[in-house]
Order: sequence, then structure tokens, then C-alpha cells
Amino acid sequence: MATFGFSILKDRQIDYDNNDHRLFRFIEEQEPSIRLCIGCGGCTAGCTAAGFTGFNYRKLNYLLMRGETEHLQKGIQQCMLCGKCKLVCPRGVNTRNMIFALKRAFKTPLWEELQKKINV
Amino acid sequence: MTNIKKIAVLGGGVAGMETSIQLNRLGYQVDLIEIEDKLGGHVRNWYKLFPDHKPADEFLEKLISNLSATDVQIKTSIQINAFLRKEKKLCLFDQACEFGVYDAVVVATGFDLFEAYRKEEYGFGIYKNVITSAGLETMFLGKTIKTSGGNVPKRVGLVHCVGSRDEKCGNLHCSKVCCITAVKQAITLRQMLPNTEVFCFYMDMRMFGPSYEELYREAQEKWAVRFIRGRISEAAQNADETILIKTEDTLTGRQLKMNVDLLVLMVGMLPSKGTTVIGKKTGLDFGMNRFLKVKDEHYHANETNQEGIFVAGSASAPMNISDTISHARAAATAVDHYLKTTDHERFSEKNNIRNLEKALHEK
Amino acid sequence: MMKFYDPFILPFVIGLYFIFAYLGIKFAVMLIRIGKPERKKIAKGIFSVKTLSAVKEVFLEALLHKRIFKVNPMLGYMHMSLAFGWFLLILFGKIGTLSYSRDFFNPIHYAIFFKYFEPRDPAFFYSKTYFLLMDSFLLFILSGLTLAIVKRFRTRIFGMKKTTRLRFFDRMALTSLWLIFPFRLLAESFTSGAFQSGHFLSGTLGSVFAGFLPVENLMYPAWWAYSLALGFFFVSLPFSRYMHIPTEMLLIFLRKWGLDTGTKMSGYAEAQVLSCSRCGICIDNCQLKTAGETQANPVYFIQALRNQQVNPALAMNCLQCGRCEEICPVKIDIRQLRLITRQHLTPDQSDYHYLPVEQPVKADVIFFGGCMTHLTPGIVAAMKKLVAESGEKVWFMDEQESVCCGRPQLLAGEAESAMRLIEHNRQLITGSGAKLLVTSCPICLTVFVREYNLGIEVLHHSQYLLRLTRSQKIRPKPALLKIAYHDPCELGRGNAIYEEPRQLINSSAILVKTKHEKQMSLCCGGSLGNLQLNADQQNLILDETLQSLTAANPDIIATSCPLCKKTFQKSSPVPVLDIAEIAAGTWQHYIQPASQNQEKANIHELAENQLMN
Repeated sequence: MATFGFSILKDRQIDYDNNDHRLFRFIEEQEPSIRLCIGCGGCTAGCTAAGFTGFNYRKLNYLLMRGETEHLQKGIQQCMLCGKCKLVCPRGVNTRNMIFALKRAFKTPLWEELQKKINV
Repeated sequence: MTNIKKIAVLGGGVAGMETSIQLNRLGYQVDLIEIEDKLGGHVRNWYKLFPDHKPADEFLEKLISNLSATDVQIKTSIQINAFLRKEKKLCLFDQACEFGVYDAVVVATGFDLFEAYRKEEYGFGIYKNVITSAGLETMFLGKTIKTSGGNVPKRVGLVHCVGSRDEKCGNLHCSKVCCITAVKQAITLRQMLPNTEVFCFYMDMRMFGPSYEELYREAQEKWAVRFIRGRISEAAQNADETILIKTEDTLTGRQLKMNVDLLVLMVGMLPSKGTTVIGKKTGLDFGMNRFLKVKDEHYHANETNQEGIFVAGSASAPMNISDTISHARAAATAVDHYLKTTDHERFSEKNNIRNLEKALHEK
Repeated sequence: MMKFYDPFILPFVIGLYFIFAYLGIKFAVMLIRIGKPERKKIAKGIFSVKTLSAVKEVFLEALLHKRIFKVNPMLGYMHMSLAFGWFLLILFGKIGTLSYSRDFFNPIHYAIFFKYFEPRDPAFFYSKTYFLLMDSFLLFILSGLTLAIVKRFRTRIFGMKKTTRLRFFDRMALTSLWLIFPFRLLAESFTSGAFQSGHFLSGTLGSVFAGFLPVENLMYPAWWAYSLALGFFFVSLPFSRYMHIPTEMLLIFLRKWGLDTGTKMSGYAEAQVLSCSRCGICIDNCQLKTAGETQANPVYFIQALRNQQVNPALAMNCLQCGRCEEICPVKIDIRQLRLITRQHLTPDQSDYHYLPVEQPVKADVIFFGGCMTHLTPGIVAAMKKLVAESGEKVWFMDEQESVCCGRPQLLAGEAESAMRLIEHNRQLITGSGAKLLVTSCPICLTVFVREYNLGIEVLHHSQYLLRLTRSQKIRPKPALLKIAYHDPCELGRGNAIYEEPRQLINSSAILVKTKHEKQMSLCCGGSLGNLQLNADQQNLILDETLQSLTAANPDIIATSCPLCKKTFQKSSPVPVLDIAEIAAGTWQHYIQPASQNQEKANIHELAENQLMN
């Protein structure tokens, strides 16, 4: 039985090999500093929006880097753009530019393509 | 008498004392020059040492008794502020006059602790219950750990990486010892105040030395120290002078708020003012992290770009005490080798190395 | 008309009619695109004294170039000689022909090629003076032209490190412009040589040329060349940077009538874009240069805007510091133009469903620290101390959680999102019944003043603290410190608040002079307006600014913006304080970090004694 619990389910694990990494590369090209993240969570710790809701910049950045694009749009829309994260980041990641680059990506054909894939 | 070579060791901390002892044992005449009025450096302000909880005093006494068994000239309260080369000799000046002429100089000017007020978001100097790791050692020495209100803290937070690994302070380097210091201090806190909760807020736990990882495990197992993986973004003071800290608990992915009675900042290591001044005066190269640059990380870890000037201890990089001792002894050997080698030999040695490298390369 | 005809005038005449037609249509379209409310302003202003003041400014700026003179006299002379000299040449040329021909309707080219049509310098009323003046004007222009040519190749003489790069039409226009006057000189000299006429310049040169050149044969081609250069210049003008010559005049009138850049790419904005002469003065003043960024300086941004080549990186790469506007001789609203291009780059669909329902607290005064102030608690602590001293009833509105003021969204071109946050905060502010809103963050201050429409007074904390000092509600603590003050961009150039922080500092400490002050102060590099610079580039800007601030060896750098403060703390060699901390005297811990060491030593000795006992 090929499907005996071994098929890859989205909610269970990151299927890195089959994930689409083009969005990450597209953003990385525009804001290479996102590679510098060490996941300390400083950005999210001081985040003005995270105080009120589940918004988590660090997590979104990692999801992007792993090719998990499903929750990015809804997530990033909660950002207040205040820039505190950028002022806290010990690695000098240009968080705000990453957010804008991502938002701009939502207007590209690549994003539409990714959306279709997710909805299938 | 005239054949005995004379060496100046700048800095009377652990590195300087150990280098002086070793050089003297090798038969050199050594001047140990310290800017403060006492020897000992930072260790003087420390309560216990990691990883074995050895009292710092005990260690310092051993060092001082070894030193006093030698005939090293100890010159305290001296500030070297100029330097001159006279043929193959090195002249040092204090204030306005010539202080001494030496055949070699060892720079052991060490580190300064990061000035915690520069990390304003943690409120050091603004909130009464925010102290540094050095301040906590002071409390340990006084055997009284109290909050500003005079109470025993019920909860203490230890913040790793304050002034280290932080582009926002202009310090990209890891200070190496803060993680293990935090673990040690957390244990001491739990030993002294058994009813106090202790939390460590870390980015990475860097347990690089022998029995460090074991100590980390012991802190969890035996002393129930709590570890939270997340960088604290800011601290605020409540009306009762307790401290409200904000971090992300990165392992659950949620923002985390917590009130602590005492917040301890594990301040990192920076090259000391003396290191910077002496380095500039003697024309030494500085590395990316502003510590003195050594000629080769592996094989010439005490040599500098200036002939006859050597470096020992944390003037070249953040180091714990055991690494400092090793580095200091290596410095003594390097100086010894330098002074025993003639110019001609040195030249041919250089050539040999070059040939060796060439041969390796060709292979 | 046929009376003064020769085929060589055709290039000039065609060029001239082309440019008139083009400008007529272009300006008409621009005025239509200005929009109704703005056009009403024109209707109101056109018959007012504003028009006269615009005429004066056109004379001072478009012809004399007074502002460029202020930046650099040599550069000013260059611009003035070309613009004003040419203007005089045309004006007096026309007067001369009128005076000689007594025909009011003589064609334009008659004045331009007067020497060709009247080679023997006919006598008329004051003709001697006239010809002397005409030769002088030409010399005047040629001197400026020489400078222009030198500037192209050696910019440093003009106090400029960089001059602008050129495009095709600019090259064509520039070349023809450079050739116009030498050709005129040659044509007039050859003619003078052939007819033994002319004056100190044309006459002397003419007789010299006549000595070794066949001037009779060269004369006619030289007039052709002159006409061709003029024609080429006119035809390429609308597509080159020289479009700024006519447009700047229009812009001056529109601005005097009270038009505003607004938030859309209107006709007025377009007029500003076309008015940029690409003089390049902004480049040296733009700190992007310090950061090694050479593509996004104001002049290139405006050029890209004109050619519709603005990409997101270009739109976003601006510190919004406003230093360019301070020095721009045309006074173009560069910051706002940049913000306009930032709109619609992203889908402006933020989701703020989570905004909390908060209850306002009744108070007389509200203090709003802003997001960044959460990272500089020293400011809040100092404010609390001072407020307690003053006895004022102040609500520290955003002490715990807070909602962003909305300015960062506006800076990023997301106006709709900003409005939602603004609405949230506005309700809280008005609900509190406060009559005064104080903020320590100049970024917040800008948006409170411009967008909130609160109907209550809004002050920066420097203004508030100065007021409290004057009414003797607080007494700033004396401090024997030498202080270098940094003007935050948003506070100084953004809100024109320069004096209040200085007066406040002066009431307790010693203010030292710095290299770049007030309108010309540098940016700390931490700008929220720039989304493009990386950390290393920001550091370069920071270093430049710190160097300027610490040149006089101050004990302290003071500023009045949490973002500047935090940015400086990265690498400042001296402590960085907010003006509130100086006034409150809560700075000791910055100045004497060593005192703790002393304390440590004391305790250590105490412990030693205990051990010994």
C-alpha cells in the first residue's frame, strides 16, 4: 500500500524537495540580507503588531526561506510597517524592505502561479 | 648582566602575569606594567570561575604567589602613552619621559566589558533593577542579592549576547564566555537563593569548552534553571520597579511577556581602551572586530605585524581564563624563540617556511 | 516679411515656431492636468500681488540665478551669463531693430540676424552705445560658456564633486547650445571683416580674420551654422534638460499662486519634474553618495521620473532627509515626488482587524512616545520626571501597547493602511479630552500635524519642555557638558523646529557648533524613509554624520528623535542623549559608567575584610 500513511501531507512536514523556491529567490535577490537571519526572534519580540495578534515576522521569513508560501500573504498584511524590527535586528536584516519586496511580489504572475498550485 | 634581555609586559591581568612568570622562568628580566594600582584585572571583580566554581580569589592568589616567587619588576599605576624604535630596541614612554628600553614587548592589555547603557532598550542605568553580569558578581561577592527595594528577587532573568553578536552595537563577534558565565551565574543564584526562579534568554547556547555542556545540563537537571530561546527586544519598568521584558519564545513561535525582579545583562567583551591605545601607538594591525590582529590564527597566534611586539590574552580575541593562560605561555615561548634567534636565522627560517609552503602548494 | 529673407534663416525660424507650438500645447495639457481645485487657486492668484512677486522671482531665479550664486558664485555666474546674457541680447537686439527700422512688426529673425541684413552697422538713435552693448553681451555669454565647458571636464573648480550624466537629446541640445554663440561671434566677425565694420569684439576679430582668411567666402556659411545651431537647439529643447528654461518660469508662477504637489502625479508635479535643470547641485548634498549609491540621487530620480523609468528600487532609495530640497535652486518638492512614485507599488491591503478597543484616559496633555521610543526608555523616564515636576496632568498614551502613528505607511506609499491606524489613534486622542498632544518622535509629529486634523495643539517635546521652562514649571538641571546637537531630519527640515531644542539645551549646558547645522544638518542614516539601503551603507552615512558631530570634541551628542538616538548609539564615541534627558538631569549613568567599577572595588574590599575577620 503506497499511501499507507507515508504520503506527504502539507500540515505535517515541509516537503522541501517539492516546494517551489522561486519566490524566496526572487525576494532574496532584492533583499539579500534576509539570509543573515539567525532566528533570534528579536523582530517579533518588539513587534508592535505582534502584541495584538499572532503576527510573527520571523516565522514568515522562515516559511519563505523553506518555500512554504501558503500563509505569507495573509500574514504579512498584518504588519504595521513601523520598522521597529529593523531597529532591533542584531544581524542587520532589512526587514522592512523584505516585507515590501514580498508585497510587490503579490502583484506578479509568479504569485498567481503559486496561488494556483496551492489551491489545487 | 648586559646579556640578559629585557622584556616589557603591558597589562597586569591574567595574561600579563602569566606571561611575566613564564618569561622570568626562562631567564629574562621582565617589567610588568599595569595602568591601575593593583594587579589582577577583571578577575579581581569575579566571585567564582566556570566551569568548576573555583573561587576567583583562590585562582588569583595562586597566580600572585607564583609571580612573587619570581623577580619580575611590578610597576603599577603606569600609563604607557608613547613608543619609539631605537635600532633593534623598543622604547616605552610614560607621561613625558622615557620609561624603559626593551628587547621585546608583550601586549596583554586585555578587554573591557561592553558598556551596557549603549543598549538603551534594556534600561541599564535607567531602571534600578537592571544590572550587568559584572554587577551580579559584585553582589555575589557581597553575599547579598537584593532588588532596589531591598527584597530577595523571586525571579531573575539573564540576557545573553548584550553587546555581542549585535550589528546594532557595531560588534559582530561572539564574546564566547557569556553563555557559560550565564549558566554559572544561574547556578550560583539558585544555590544562594533556592526559592528564586532563574531564566536564561539566549540566541544560541555556545558551550565550547571542556565540561561546559555538562554544566549546562547540570543547570537544567539539578538546578532547574529555565532556558528560553529568544532575544529580548526591550525592557520596561513597572510601578513597583519590577521589570517587564518582551521576547519571542522562538521555540513556540509566540511573543512572550514576563515580569522579573532583577534583569542581568551578560555584557560582552570588547578590546580594552588600553589595547586600542597601545595598538595604535605601536602601529599594530587590528582585526575586523577591533581586537589586535595576530599574524596567523593557527601557528603565529602571538606574533603581530610589528617585529618584537607580541600579544597575549584577550587583547587579541575574547578568551576564557584557561585559553588566556595557554595563550600567555605560548607568548612566552614565542618571545623566547624570537630573542634567541639571530637575524640571519630568522631570515632563513622565513625562507624555509616559504619553501615549505611552496612545496605544499606544488603538491 | 520677404524683405528680410534668405534661405539660411529657415532652420532658426522652423525651430522657433516648433518650440512655440510645442510649449503652447504642453503647457495647456499641464494646466488641464493640474485638476480643478488647484486651477481655482490659479484663478484666485492670477490678478493678485502674487503675480508680481512671481515676476520678480522669475527675474531673480530664471535669469540671475540668485540661489545658485549662493551655493557657488562661479557656478552662479555661469548660469547667469548664459541666461541673463542671452536675454539681454534678445531684448536689446529687438530694441535696436525697432529703433532702426521703425517697423514694430519686423520679423523676429531680423533682430537675430541683424548683422547679416545690415552689415555696415547703420547709424540710428544711440547706435554706437547699442553696438557696444551687443558686443559686450556676447562677450559676457562667451565667458559663461567657457566656464560651462571647463565645468564639463573639471567639476571640482565649481565646488561640485560630481556633475550630471547626459542623455542623447541632452547631448544634442548641449552641443548646439555651446555652438550658438561661437558661431554668432564668427558670423558677425567675418561680416565685420568683409565690410570693415563692427565694434570692439566683432570689429577687432573681423579685421584680424580678414588678414589671413577669405572672410567674404566664410561669412555666409557662418550665418548658416549660427542658424542651424539655433534651430537644432530649439528642436531638441523639449526633449532635453533645457526644457527647464521655459517650465521653470511657469512653475514659479504656479507656486506663487499657491499650488501644492499633492499626492498624485498632477500637472503641477509634472511641471516640477520638467523644471529640473539637472544642475547637479543636489548630488553633492545627497548622502546616498556617501553610501556609495550613485543611481538614485535626486537629479537622476527626477530624470527617471521624466522618462517614466522609475522602478521600485529607485522610488524606495531615498532617505527622505530633504537636504536636496534645501539647496535645490528650483525648489522642487523632491521628497513628495518620491513619495508619489511609491504609491501603488504594493497592493495596499493591510489587515488590521486585530486593532484593540481601547479606552481613552481623561487628561489635559497626551504624551505619545511612538514605536521607536520603546527602544529608548531613557526619553520616557526623563519625560516622566519632568512632567511630575511640572505638575501637569499627562497621559502617557502608548506606554504599554501602542498602535503605530501611520507615518511609516505613508512613507511607504500605503495611504489606505495609514488612514486606518490614524483613525484608531485619533479616536483615542480626541476621546481623552486633551488640549495638547506632545510627542518625542519627529516622525510621529509630522503625521499628527499633517494628517490627523485633531483640532488641538500638537507639539514636539522640545517645544513643550521649553514652554514649561519659560513658565517656570520646570527648571532644567545644570550640566557642565559640551553638547553637540543633531537636528533630526523630520524635526528640522520636516517641521522647521530648529531653535527650541537649542534653547532648551542652552538653558542647562553648553552648546558647541557643528559642521552641518540646522537646514544643512546630516541624516543619521537610520531613516525610515529609505527601504533600500543595507546595514553597511547605513553605517557609512552614520559615520559621516558622527564625524561631523564630534569634530568639536563634545562630551555628548544630543538629539531629539528616538530613531536618531538609537542609530547613533551603534557607534558613537560619546554618549547620545535626548534633550529631555539633559533637561531632567538623568544622564549621570551615561557619563560615569566607571563609577560602578569604583563601587565594585569598594564592595570587594569590604568582602576581603570580612574574609580576613
